[in-house]
Amino acid sequence: MSSESSPVAAVCNITKRFPGVLANDGISLEFHGGEIHVLLGENGAGKSTLIGMLAGMHQPDAGEIWIGGRPVTFRSPRESLALGVGTVFQHGLLVPSLTVIENLMLGGRWWRPLGYATALARFRQLSRLLGLSIDPHAAAGRLSLGEQQQIEILRALWREGRLLILDEPTAMLTPQGAQHLGSVMRRLKEQGLALLLVTHKLPEACQWGDRISVLRRGRLIGQISPDTLRRTNAAQTRETALGMMFGGEAATGNGEASRRERRSGRGRRGDRTTPPRLSVRGLRTAATPGECPLSEVSFDLWPGEILGIAGVDGNGQKHLAEVLAGQRHALQGQITLEGWEVTAEDAAGRRRRGIRYITDDRLNEATVGGFSVAINLLLKDIGDPPYWRHGIGDFELIHRHAREVIRSNDIRTPSEKTPLGRLSGGNIQKVVLARELDRETAVAILSKPTHGLDLHNCLLARERILDDELLVISDRIAVMFQGRLTGVVENGAGAARAVARLMTGDVGP
Amino acid sequence: MRGETQERLAIVLRVMVPAALALGAGAIILLMLGRDPLAYYGYVLKRGLLTWGGLQETLTRTAPLLLIAAGLIVAFRAGIWNLGGDGQFLLGAVATAGLGPLLIDVLPRGATLIACMAAAALTAALWSLIPAVLKARYGVNEVVSSLMMSFLGASFANLLVKTVLRDRTTAVPKTPDLPVADRLPPVLGNVHLGVLIALAAVVLVHLAITRTAFGLKLQVLGANPAVARHAGLNVTWITIASFTLSAALIGLGGSIEILGVWGTVRADWNPAFGLLVVPIVFLARLNGYAVIVFTLCVAVLMIGGESAARRLGVQQHFVWVLLALLLIFLALLEHFDQVRRARRAI
Amino acid sequence: MQTLLTYAFLTALISGAVTAAVPLLLAGLGEQISERAGVLNIGIEGMMLLGCYTGFVATWISGSFPLGFLAGGLSGMAVAALVVLLCVRLGLNQIVIGIALTLGVQGLTALLYFARFAGTYPRLEPYPTWPLPVLNRIPVLGPGLFSHDVICYLSVLLIPLLTLLYRRSAVGLNLEAAGNAPAALDVAGVDVITTRSLAVMATGLLAGLGGAYLANVGAGLFIPFMTRGSGFIGIVLAMLARGRPLWVLIVSALFGLSLSLATALQVAGINVPTDVVQMLPFGVVMLVLIVFARHSVLPRALGQPYVRGDR
Repeated sequence: MSSESSPVAAVCNITKRFPGVLANDGISLEFHGGEIHVLLGENGAGKSTLIGMLAGMHQPDAGEIWIGGRPVTFRSPRESLALGVGTVFQHGLLVPSLTVIENLMLGGRWWRPLGYATALARFRQLSRLLGLSIDPHAAAGRLSLGEQQQIEILRALWREGRLLILDEPTAMLTPQGAQHLGSVMRRLKEQGLALLLVTHKLPEACQWGDRISVLRRGRLIGQISPDTLRRTNAAQTRETALGMMFGGEAATGNGEASRRERRSGRGRRGDRTTPPRLSVRGLRTAATPGECPLSEVSFDLWPGEILGIAGVDGNGQKHLAEVLAGQRHALQGQITLEGWEVTAEDAAGRRRRGIRYITDDRLNEATVGGFSVAINLLLKDIGDPPYWRHGIGDFELIHRHAREVIRSNDIRTPSEKTPLGRLSGGNIQKVVLARELDRETAVAILSKPTHGLDLHNCLLARERILDDELLVISDRIAVMFQGRLTGVVENGAGAARAVARLMTGDVGP
Repeated sequence: MRGETQERLAIVLRVMVPAALALGAGAIILLMLGRDPLAYYGYVLKRGLLTWGGLQETLTRTAPLLLIAAGLIVAFRAGIWNLGGDGQFLLGAVATAGLGPLLIDVLPRGATLIACMAAAALTAALWSLIPAVLKARYGVNEVVSSLMMSFLGASFANLLVKTVLRDRTTAVPKTPDLPVADRLPPVLGNVHLGVLIALAAVVLVHLAITRTAFGLKLQVLGANPAVARHAGLNVTWITIASFTLSAALIGLGGSIEILGVWGTVRADWNPAFGLLVVPIVFLARLNGYAVIVFTLCVAVLMIGGESAARRLGVQQHFVWVLLALLLIFLALLEHFDQVRRARRAI
Repeated sequence: MQTLLTYAFLTALISGAVTAAVPLLLAGLGEQISERAGVLNIGIEGMMLLGCYTGFVATWISGSFPLGFLAGGLSGMAVAALVVLLCVRLGLNQIVIGIALTLGVQGLTALLYFARFAGTYPRLEPYPTWPLPVLNRIPVLGPGLFSHDVICYLSVLLIPLLTLLYRRSAVGLNLEAAGNAPAALDVAGVDVITTRSLAVMATGLLAGLGGAYLANVGAGLFIPFMTRGSGFIGIVLAMLARGRPLWVLIVSALFGLSLSLATALQVAGINVPTDVVQMLPFGVVMLVLIVFARHSVLPRALGQPYVRGDR
């Protein structure tokens, strides 16, 4: 369906530098109408920077952007929008307190009165095109994440778009939602729109892409053209793409067989001969705006096992982690650790008993960037002996301890006194893990531990084949949906499908 | 070694350049008013620093300023905007002025002084409890609540002076005098003990924040409340503790000013140091030792300026203008310095 | 006690309340615009005070009240321009800069005033009022509410104007987006920095005007530091009103009434100390803050400078 005629848009030799890193290095790409061009790459490969420039958020240091055959400069998002480039970013960019239609009317000339009639007409037109049914007068903050994304797509197409850019659009969607998105994209393709889909998920790329370009460390490593895609089968495409993404380090296996193999090499999964180390019964938390509370969560956790908690973001996972860690109050329920009930203990108390929580927000919750590595290593032990005696810190000891930890965990830092913020993401994670995982750890709660890291820095996941690491390393997978555990799946054949079903709330047989 | 000296030079420059700019802008204002800036600055310097009498006054002036600074450092390090300093200062002063003359009849001087200082600190701390709890429990913005309590407190203190605590033996509305013999003893010429107390307070606060567990907890809270919660710290308790401690120190400042200098509170007296010290503390980047240096400089300006008001006809609040200019120039310089450094790191 | 319920007393009470309320109203409305756009304008106290001074001096020199009001508004905008440069454009801390500007203006106006008038405290002639025909014949309320000056009426007119602006204009949407989700506004193609800058300048205009009113109409003279926290009260008003201009009117009327009540009582022979008078607005604010502790809603991006791409 894609034509090899002149591209709707193109980037030529684009280069962009940020302090300390070359984000994009001489990238050239073309985007044709009626074609879904997938931009594939690991986190940190430079995809966000590239679309940032297409969206007008920053300017390239070198190279050009061409729209409709002419070079252009976008000094602001307004200019890129005006030239028909619409972007749907990964994190919702709607104003929650305004209605849908008001959000869509944002950005018009300020001296003109609001044209509700025209806006509503266009809304209905685009809704029909995309097959949507959303009330234009609903408050944007009340829509589900999937609906919000649909409105964003609508907004991106509001002014006669030529190129639609979608940045990791399935991150917040259920598998069903992703399928719906796919059909929307197909419709737009048939209308002649050029689509740029940015993702790190290989299956998606192969399923939807008419053309696949692979970025790695800021460079365009390779491209799979539409012809190639037509000629080869899915498995071969994946191989090729994997090869481009990771060079020689890619796993040659794919699919569940090799995953199972790798995992069984780990050893026994969970010692069922002893009583469970952690028992959770009937946990319930209070609702807070914008977050999903727990309504009734119970499970057991045995020594030596990894229980993965799957589910679309926003179904209670964060509450669960925080309740277990003691950071959030449980309205009801019991938590028992090795036979002791710990429900009444606060976070510090639970930590002492061996419950460790590694949060997903490494920079804004787990550490203080301005403090030294040494202090960050002891952030949860402030005031405790032997590092503090009678409330006064023994800095000699603190720094010695830090040097030890740095050495044994291979943390790359100029010194233990360096502010943590200067370290790379991977080393910051090493610091956090070193802090939380020690001899006294009885239960570790890890929230997206490899989030935002490139392959080399994953300590726990052996292989991040761009899809569920949960499926790779977990012994059992529990799925959360709307604050409940809808089911627990033993990892094995058919696990992925079962998990996907459970994620949408489909609890049936 | 060269790198270190370069760094030290940079730090000095970072302060001297904005200072020069501020003095320059101030000079322009003086010129527009028809005054001679060099004469003014020269006079201020001489009067505030270079004469023995002036120097003593300057040192005396640093006492309340340093205590307020100590209090502000505690609050700002914890990320708490305690802008209620004026009210806390006055209430501490009035509590002292009210209690002192009563106690001195029954207790020896030492005990009276200590009791008065304690009462002042306690009063100010209690006054700050409302905004503290509002913030700790309900997340009410303390900028607004502490400002409101400040005005409320200042008026309330004034009311007390004019009614309950009023000295009925004189026509002038004020509290009964605390005789000079019963005030804080002098340690150097006319400079009273309070200056040493204030200095000690600032140093202790600095050490407490940088070396103790409580201080570190404050810093964590100030850096990021989410991290504080994650680290298992009791955010509510730390918020209230630091807020009230901050107010207590400021109240102590008010007490010392009475016990050391005035011996009484006159109606409508309000030196309004509470907000004035905020820029000083920021200029010093919340560092105790730098605060001491800056406060001394500002005290020189204030004493010199107060005298210059009479002699040269430049109203004493000109110092406020200089301070504001200094803060703005410093903030600008730092900003551009950061931008320049970020560009160089590419 | 008899005297309390006479027409004369009630009229004086209401009339005084309105005069006292206008500066607070203007400050509150002005701050509301800034806060809607996500800027916490601590410097509003300085904007008002400078408006007091320039408004007074301009009228004193020229004899023209309109010129005074204009001067007040413009000088408020001058301070606002500094806030725009330092806080909105450069992203410096809004609270620290606000305090610095307030201190600076306090010092500057005291300095300039003493240099020129040397403590003589000259007074202005009273500002002529425009009694509204028909309406001003209503007993008590007539002279109380409808015999005021043009600035007073214009200020009240601002309420429906601003309400319309916020809800039904592109500018209103932009302001709300700038305060709640600036990234969304940016992506929609509107410059967040410009939007916020305009909001702050509008605040300066209104606050400066309010200050000029306070000096020229409310007091008839200038005293250094005369705003005594009125600007800060404006911040509270804006916070309590939760984005609705009508509420600013209601609360500032309440404050005006409390201020006027104390003065009126004094006139009636009931001796109320001036300190109690001065305490009333702040006491009322604290009471409201305590009672409604859980309910004050501020724009999400309040106080945070916007940096593009910094999501």
